[in-house]
Amino acid sequence: MTDDEYINSEILDEHFRTPRNFGVLKDCTVEIIESNPTCGDTIVVDLKINGETIEDVKYITRGCSISTAAASMLSETIIGKTLKEVENLSKAEVLSNIGLRLGPARERCALISYDAVQKGIKKHLKGGKEAEHF
Amino acid sequence: MESNEIREHFPIFKRFGREGIVYLDNAATTQKPTEVIEAVVDFYTNYCSNVHRGVYRLGEEATEKFNKARENIGNFIGAKDNEIVFVRNTTEALNLLANSLGSKLGEGDEIILSNSEHHSNIVPWQMLRERKNVKIKFINSKHTETIKPDDVADLITKKTRIVSLTACSNILGNINDMKEITNVVHDSGAIMIVDGAQSVPHMPVKVKDIGCDYLAFSGHKMLGPTGIGCLFGREESLENLPPFLGGGEMIRTVTKEGFTCEEIPLRFEAGTPNIEGAIGLSAAVNFLKRIGMENVRQHEKELITYTMKQEEENNIKGLVSYGTRNMDRRAGIYAFNIGEIPKFDRENLSDGNISLKVQAIHPHDLSSVADRTYGVELRSGHHCAMPMIQDLGVTAATRASFYVYNSRDDVDRLFDAIKASVKRFGL
Repeated sequence: MTDDEYINSEILDEHFRTPRNFGVLKDCTVEIIESNPTCGDTIVVDLKINGETIEDVKYITRGCSISTAAASMLSETIIGKTLKEVENLSKAEVLSNIGLRLGPARERCALISYDAVQKGIKKHLKGGKEAEHF
Repeated sequence: MESNEIREHFPIFKRFGREGIVYLDNAATTQKPTEVIEAVVDFYTNYCSNVHRGVYRLGEEATEKFNKARENIGNFIGAKDNEIVFVRNTTEALNLLANSLGSKLGEGDEIILSNSEHHSNIVPWQMLRERKNVKIKFINSKHTETIKPDDVADLITKKTRIVSLTACSNILGNINDMKEITNVVHDSGAIMIVDGAQSVPHMPVKVKDIGCDYLAFSGHKMLGPTGIGCLFGREESLENLPPFLGGGEMIRTVTKEGFTCEEIPLRFEAGTPNIEGAIGLSAAVNFLKRIGMENVRQHEKELITYTMKQEEENNIKGLVSYGTRNMDRRAGIYAFNIGEIPKFDRENLSDGNISLKVQAIHPHDLSSVADRTYGVELRSGHHCAMPMIQDLGVTAATRASFYVYNSRDDVDRLFDAIKASVKRFGL
């Protein structure tokens, strides 16, 4: 049972051990706090949006390897993209980037950062900056 | 019956062969023996019909078996059959009470709960608070301590109307002395509700010994089907309790002007009940009676004692476990962490104090590795007990919980699996 992609995933390990874009964005235009109801994990995502473009993103989380690695990969994906492009990014594409077969519970881990980003864009379009309470 | 012999009755363990799975999420739900599965299938195969109303043969047979199930389950906890209300689960039983008892409460009336309650014994009362402006007080016990009668006495005032507490914490495994607590509560004139979701399946429970007014439990945590549970209420308590849901089965007469209620317990069972569930749960009760509840308790006490010994011998770096170390007061529940991930505190994290390198293995990672290396199925997360998780100061924990089919070998495999996840995610 040990020959398992989750156990051996190098990409997962690499992003989990050294997550990209980790931290706080002092000049963010929108901040979102999202929680995972399965385990109580929380992520804070800061987006800096200029016009139609996501110029920068940072996040803080103390989640599991999959939620941390997924946030790291997603941050690399969305920097420089337009709001429309990110809105059109599907859950399936995010999961496929991670490249692991995940059960429904772990899928939630993988998608918590994605949900936060999507909510952040909606909030930005409505014109708010304050963090939502969790 | 020994655990090996017991396992033979569970088809699910045959599915995975000899190496198989080590199922250690019994506090969430248990596996089902052939006897229970067959009782459910028998209903659909041989005498499927609605209950209470049909005067034809199938209807009479179904009603007879359904009533016998109620009698048998009542007998199991020392209750009369009219003191057993069939509900979906413990959650529904507690919601019923929060609504029906709650309808008699007024502003400022007090309800006492504890920090080790399952969400099902917190949220219904918080919803009542929104409707009635009642006050909820929490007993805040340390995880190493059971709830003591004095903890309850300290919070009781003239305004205390209801005390609702778990007999056994689903995360700590601490077994509280409900008889002594009930005495204190009744001395004050308040109503005592016991959440028996983790006690009725695992130890002898007799409602007359406890003396409580109400006790709730779920069938699926004691080898029975999902979607069936029971609310025990003392006859005189149920007689005075307003109905919860309205509809068929619970009425005596209905006119355009109004309705009159059926006798207890049917008064609380609106709509067609989970007939096969009740019959399946009765079969589960028979299975447990054959083992003997004293033996069930003894078996689990041995397993948790052995777990403590293995914890000490393996001496895994960073391992922290929760719950009382007094094995006489400890159920077969083992919650732990490998290093503790502190609860998320946004303010601290934003003030340039971002500590990325938390010396811990996240419970989700631990559980996934345990499953995929040694087939050990554990629960990870907040275990529907977020207030206790918060009081422990962590975001989550991993939990192993035992039942009649588990053995010492399973405990050994648990520690092998923990070591495998330490190797994978290391500290």
